[in-house]
Amino acid sequence: MKKWYERTDEKRIPEKSKAKKMPEGLWSKCPSCGKVIYQEQLIDNQYTCMECDHHFRIGAKERIEITFDDKSFKEMDTRITSLNPLEFTDNITSYDKRLSQAMKKTNLTEAVVTGTGKIYGIHVACAILDFNFFGGSMGSVVGEKITRVVEKAIKNKIPLVIISMSGGARMQEGIFSLMQMAKTSAALALLSEKRVPYISILADPTTGGVSASFSMLGDINIAEPKALIGFAGPRVIEQTIKQKLPPGFQRSEFLLEHGMVDIVVHRKALKATVAQLLRYMT
Amino acid sequence: MILDFEKPINDLEKKLETVQKTYEKHPDPERKIEMKNLEKQIKRLKIEIHNHLTPWQRVQLARHPARPYFLDYVKLIFHNFIEIHGDRTFKDDKSVVTGWADLDNQSVMLIGQQKGRTVEENLMRNFGSMHPEGYRKALRVMKMAEKFSKPIITFIDTQGAYPGIGAEERGQAEAIARNLKEMSSLKVPVITVVIGEGGSGGALGIGVANKVLMLENSTYSVISPEGCASILWRDATRAPEAAKALKLTAQDLYYFGVIDLIIDEPLGGAHTDHLMTANSIKKEIKNTLAKLNKLSSKSLVSQRYHKYRTLGEYIEKNQIKTSRKKITKK
Ligand SMILES: [Zn+2]
Repeated sequence: MKKWYERTDEKRIPEKSKAKKMPEGLWSKCPSCGKVIYQEQLIDNQYTCMECDHHFRIGAKERIEITFDDKSFKEMDTRITSLNPLEFTDNITSYDKRLSQAMKKTNLTEAVVTGTGKIYGIHVACAILDFNFFGGSMGSVVGEKITRVVEKAIKNKIPLVIISMSGGARMQEGIFSLMQMAKTSAALALLSEKRVPYISILADPTTGGVSASFSMLGDINIAEPKALIGFAGPRVIEQTIKQKLPPGFQRSEFLLEHGMVDIVVHRKALKATVAQLLRYMT
Repeated sequence: MILDFEKPINDLEKKLETVQKTYEKHPDPERKIEMKNLEKQIKRLKIEIHNHLTPWQRVQLARHPARPYFLDYVKLIFHNFIEIHGDRTFKDDKSVVTGWADLDNQSVMLIGQQKGRTVEENLMRNFGSMHPEGYRKALRVMKMAEKFSKPIITFIDTQGAYPGIGAEERGQAEAIARNLKEMSSLKVPVITVVIGEGGSGGALGIGVANKVLMLENSTYSVISPEGCASILWRDATRAPEAAKALKLTAQDLYYFGVIDLIIDEPLGGAHTDHLMTANSIKKEIKNTLAKLNKLSSKSLVSQRYHKYRTLGEYIEKNQIKTSRKKITKK
């Protein structure tokens, strides 16, 4: 029997990725079970392993493709970029230089892409963090863009969806990064007051200052399977308590068990689940 | 405990003590002159060291075991303190102390992170590192203060929120996140005083305020210098360098527009004179509170929102946007 989310209605599921021709011979090896998967198959399977359901880490662009109705995503605030307010350097390379390297490497301007788009016809404001850019970390720009997209949701009275993948606050911007936690959380307080729904999706990994601010504050918190989610990193905890951590610690299923996330949803069911939740909440 | 850079002062002070003792036995005018000179020398050296403290030296002062802690200030600043325990859900986290108190003629709610001085105390206080139930206790009493229209004063002094198994199980991230959100919309005045270490999200979790005051030698940072050095150079002993790079001093943060006021410490640091430090804090809390008392709850919320909304520094369409204060350095 088909699950309710496995719709086959052509109009509802944009199969954009299928139409895209990938170069022959590109393949990835599943880091979890070792299965060799051709790029085309991987895209068809929304970057999850067909053998073991491992969820590959994906960038904001891929995320947009699998989340929004065809060509419905409109990016906003594309011309905000980071400065080096602390004149931070690791004594080899300055933060400015590392920023331009990250921009070149990822073809992104910062660790978050924000905008509006449609999920099965429902208009939403959305932010997607990208782990490839400085580990998805939050500095002034990420904080500002997230805050603006929250304000957009308030202004247009459209639901907010944030997809997190982040190591936390960006060390290189010091106290400015820390303050973004307060800034984004305060904006979410306003959103809540206006009774605009907010769905937070936590992908692997979501830790530190990002989990301890906007990503834990959804009306609904959804985690992708087996994602690492927590406040402190596992290594820091091990060093502090001088013990090995139990298997499955700080994974999505652990958080579900402890009541910190509402649902664990397979990536292939994510879009339909979000749409259905939004129907309940609007 | 004597810090490295305090040693020259300490040596002179010891010398002065010896001379004093000799003088007491044999009052001779030459000793008197020697004492006067030594006193002058000590003062000069104190000023010299005090004016040129490195960020790392300030970190050491902020962590000084003789530095006054929250409960010391409760005794020296407030009256009629009644402690309130527990989050009504799990337990009483003793790394944070909360309760009602009088500040001269105004009743306030106090919340403070509390370190211990002895091994036993530190076991009980968990070195001032809070668990989720601590943040939830803090939020509970904040809501109570709001219900009865009383101002909230929080004192920050923590290395950070505790990284442990129980803390993660009970949702450390959620507890901090919720406090940030809820504190932003409290309808009463909120004042935060950083008195020692401001350790990242663990500090901010009780620190979303209308006005943030900071003791001159306290620090506030997104990561500890040791943590930063471990990440950058895989070497925690390079913490002094990291302390410099992180710009974590009160002076830096004031310049960045992150804090509102620096409270002077006695020459030599807060640990050299608890009462004098407490009096300075009291004076500034009262000044700040007098101003906030005049604001309506609506203005308090919007003032606080605006404060955090504008924090940051970035470039947009070739224009620099910054919360930095345009002050000329002294
Ligand atoms: Zn696999």
